[in-house]
This record gives sequence, structure tokens and C-alpha cells, in this order.
Amino acid sequence: MSDIILETKGLTKHYGGVHALEGADFVLNRGEHVAIMGDNGAGKSTFVRQITGVEQRTRGEVIFNGSPVNFAGPLDAREAGIETVFQTLALADDLNVPDNLFLGREKTKLNWLGPFRLLDYKAMREDTMAGLVKTGVKIPNIKNTIANMSGGQRQCVAIARTATFASKLTIMDEPTAALGVQETAQVENIVRTLKDQGESLILVSHNMRQVFDLVDRIIVFRRGRIVANLNKSETDGNDVVSYITGAKTGAEFEGAA
Amino acid sequence: MSDESQGVGGLTYDKSKRQWPNELNVFGALILIIAIFEILGQVLPYMNGQSLLFDTRDRFDSIFNEQRLRIIIVQVAIIGIIALGVTQVIITAGIDLSSGSVVGATAMIAMSFAQVAEVNGNPNPKAIFGEWALDLPWLIPVLVGLLVGTVAGIINGILVAYSRIPPFIATLGMMLFARGVAQWWSKGNPVSFPTESYAKIGAGMMPVIIFLSLAILFHFIMNYTVYGKHTYAIGSNEQAARMSGINVPRHLVLVYVIAGMLAGLAAVILTSKNLTAQSGMGLTYELEAIAMAVIGGVSLFGGRGSIIGTVIGALIIGVITSGFTYLKLGAYYQEMALGMIIVGAVALDQWQQQRAASRS
Repeated sequence: MSDIILETKGLTKHYGGVHALEGADFVLNRGEHVAIMGDNGAGKSTFVRQITGVEQRTRGEVIFNGSPVNFAGPLDAREAGIETVFQTLALADDLNVPDNLFLGREKTKLNWLGPFRLLDYKAMREDTMAGLVKTGVKIPNIKNTIANMSGGQRQCVAIARTATFASKLTIMDEPTAALGVQETAQVENIVRTLKDQGESLILVSHNMRQVFDLVDRIIVFRRGRIVANLNKSETDGNDVVSYITGAKTGAEFEGAA
Repeated sequence: MSDESQGVGGLTYDKSKRQWPNELNVFGALILIIAIFEILGQVLPYMNGQSLLFDTRDRFDSIFNEQRLRIIIVQVAIIGIIALGVTQVIITAGIDLSSGSVVGATAMIAMSFAQVAEVNGNPNPKAIFGEWALDLPWLIPVLVGLLVGTVAGIINGILVAYSRIPPFIATLGMMLFARGVAQWWSKGNPVSFPTESYAKIGAGMMPVIIFLSLAILFHFIMNYTVYGKHTYAIGSNEQAARMSGINVPRHLVLVYVIAGMLAGLAAVILTSKNLTAQSGMGLTYELEAIAMAVIGGVSLFGGRGSIIGTVIGALIIGVITSGFTYLKLGAYYQEMALGMIIVGAVALDQWQQQRAASRS
């Protein structure tokens, strides 16, 4: 197995005449945490949507875990091992924590009963606890429904999904955009735990401090193209801002934007 | 205790947000309503100290007035069976307005396969079909009834899940259509004279036994199977359910089919009990079934509610109906009271929703 978990070659997405994403070449190593930054409409979310199969790309190649992939939808991507934490939370409010973690992929018994096969609550509870320990999320009562939790707690549960299902790559699209200061800190702590676990991560964020805190490498998008690929140790906030605004363009990306 | 608030990125446990099973509230309401009737029985001068549920004249061996208890549960059992299906539909954030009319249509069609050949030595004057459909074993009309209910459920389900027609409209259409079928079937004539074996299905306490057995079965299904979990998930957040890989349209069809089958079964029991089928059968049953579910704490917004709640809701309706008769008050008052209780139950649900939203 190579060290590269995800690679895109010339990834392109056009919405009619709008070139939302143009020729993105991107490499993510195993266990690496990479941030994607850029102004609104720079192509960050479009890029993520092509990888997770939410949309179908116009051109280009996506190579995941060593083989080219062509996900028909987000479920395919998840099956392959790409977990996405969406900006809008995909949790069912009236279900509790294990129910939400295992929604759509429940552990079951007596499978010949078809849709009426029995839920293996015990196994799901144990796996949930293991996943929560792995991410450092503490929930004294996992039987509480999501409706009774704060925004930060919900986001923690959404992220804990990734740890429960031995995923190969986690993508977070602005996971803290809607959260308060303390809740943001909680989520950031979980991201650090994931780093220690050796999980690969793509973090889409606008938050400069957060990005410098959490990731190894920063990719900057501008007007649908990648304009910079910066190691955290060799750059600073002002530098990144000048790439985002277009004051600077990375040497290897000259002529791109 | 202090440990509960520690930990990296911890989810802390707040006791004020601890959950109280909704069924307990509904059960409390049932007890309260019984208590009100008992007190009125003691207080109102013309009642002579009678009791609603307790045996005050030593007519029975137990402390309860068994006769009234039996009436209360028998009169809600058949609509209760429909309510079990309606509960599941409402939990998916849908609604089924067609169940009463499906009962009407199924009653006519199923009964046509349950008729005897001879009445008092003469050929059955109400026979719908020729001799081939007379004196059939009881299982055939039962299967026909389940089939008719299933067909109605499949149509409802496909309209809601695949054609994206709002459940209210789709099942309103089915409500009118099925009532039309019931009237067209025998040009408005009743279908009568069932076989002896068929007449046993709904005789005596059979409706109650069937209702409670099905309630236990569906309580189990809703709580311990994938079907139940996905039903709650779809009603709670349909988009999340879809993103989690649940085949939402297929599941919705299954839910409406189960509701249709239960309506079909209710029709079989009803016709067996009444020994006749009429095109007007099941009128307003859909509303009473919805009322049982709503009073039992099933949220019309989906995602919340339970079979136990609906059973208690059915009992509340039974107690109120019996209670008004016992207080010698006319049926008008009874309907007014039921109307207020239903609106009150939904208002309470709304209020709880808003309180929950403002707390988190």
C-alpha cells in the first residue's frame, strides 16, 4: 500500500458555463491533516462534493486508497471509507446516540426477517462506547436523544461516527461554523484526537487560527483553482491571506489563476 | 458527579434535560379522566353514588365493574387496530385519511366471499357472486380482506413516496375513491349472511384479543427491529435518513401497506361481528384512529410516539365514550369533549416541542 490515501488529477466541475472547479491536482497522505481554504465561491465545497460523490465531476480522476473510484453517491463513498461531516447535521433528533451512529447500517440479528430483522442493541452500544473513547467524547448517557443536546454536542456525535466506523478518510465541511467558542474547542479537541489515531482528514474552514492549530498542510483555492500548497511550518496567516485574496500565487501554480 | 462535566470535548449530562417517557403522561391523563368521572359519579345528585369502573353493587366477583370494562375495550378494539397502522404512518410524519373508507370497501368485498349458500333452506338472497363464492372456508374472505387493504396501502405508499404527493392529499384521494368502490360494489345494497366460521372471527372478545395481540407485536416491531428504527428516523429527519442510506421511498410504501392491511383486517372483524357489510361502514374511523394516536402522544410532526401511547389513547377515548353514557349525558357533549381533548393534546405537543427547542 502506498502512503497516498487520496489523489485527484485534473479534477474539474462545470455547472453549465460556470467553471466552479478547474484541473485540481491534490494529494493527501495517510494520517495527514490538510485544510482547504479560500474565499466564498472559490471551489472548496465543489471540490469536496466531487470527492464524496454528492455530484458527478465533469472531468478528471479521483484515486482513493490506491484505485480509481467513481462514486455514484455519498453512500458509495461512505462504503469505501470516506466519512463526511456535513455543515448541515445529518442526525435524527428523536433517536439516541447509538441509533444515530448506526443509522442505515445497523448491527442486526436474525437477518432472514428482512426489514423486520432484530437490532443488536448491545453490540451497537459497545461499538458506540468504543468509538466515543477513541474520539475522547464523553457521554454519561448515550440513551438521550439528540434533541436534548446542544449544537456542539451534536457535532461531536456526528464526528464520532467517523471513529466508530474505521473510516480511511474524514472530510469536515466547516464543522464549527455554527458553534460557540466552547463548543468549537470541543470539536477541535476531537480533531486532535483523530490526528493521534492516524486518521486522514480534509478540513474545510474559514477559521485561520483553527487551521494553523489543527492541520499539517494548507491548500488554497481561488476562482476554482488550487493556487497554493503550503506546509504549515513554512507559512503564516498573512501569507495565506495573500493567496486567498490573489495578491500572491504559488510558484508551481503560476498561470493557473 | 463532577466527572460528568469533564473530559475532552465532552458531552455533559444535564439532569434537567433528562427524559420522561411520554407514555407516563398519557397514562396519567387516563387516570385523571377516570378520576374525574368517579368524582362526578359521587358528587352529582342524580348519579346516586354510582361508580364508573368499580363494582358498587356486588354484581361481580372482582372489585371492578367488569361489564363496563368489557364495553370500553370492545368498542375501541376495532378502530384501535386501525390506529396501530395510523400510528406508524404518523410517526413517518405522514397521515392516513383513507383507513375508514378502506374499511368500507374491504368490508363489502371481503364479505362477498364469506356468504352462506342457504338461508333458512332458501338460496342466500343477498349473494353477490354465483355458487362458486358461497360457503368458502373463512380463510379466503380474510385473505381477500388483507389483500384489498394491501392494494390500497401500496397505492397510498407509491403516491406519497414516489410521486411526492403530500400524504394528506394522496390519502384524501384514496378516501373518496375507496368509499366510491364500497358503494359501487353492490350498488349500495348490504352484503349479508356470513358463514358460521367467518362469524366467529369477530365474535365476543375476539376483537379485543386480536387488537391486544397486534399491539404487542407492533410494539415489539417498532422498538426492536430495523423497520421500527427507520420509521422513527424518517419521521425525525427524512434527509438524514436518506443520507444514511435508508431506502426512504421503499420504506414508506411498506409503512402504508401495513396501515392498509390493518384497515383491511379491521373490516373483516367488523363485518364478522355485525354479520353484515354496508357501504357506509367505517365512516369517520380514520379520524377516530388519528385521534387515538394523537391523544396517545404521537406527534403529527413525526418521529415521536409509540404503540403503547396509542393503546392508552384508545382507552382514553373508550373511557370518555362510556363515561358520558354513564353520566347520562348526550352524545353531543361527548363529541364536543373529544374535540377539545384532541386539540388539547396537539397543543400540548406543540408546547413541548417549543420548550425542547428553546432549551437546547
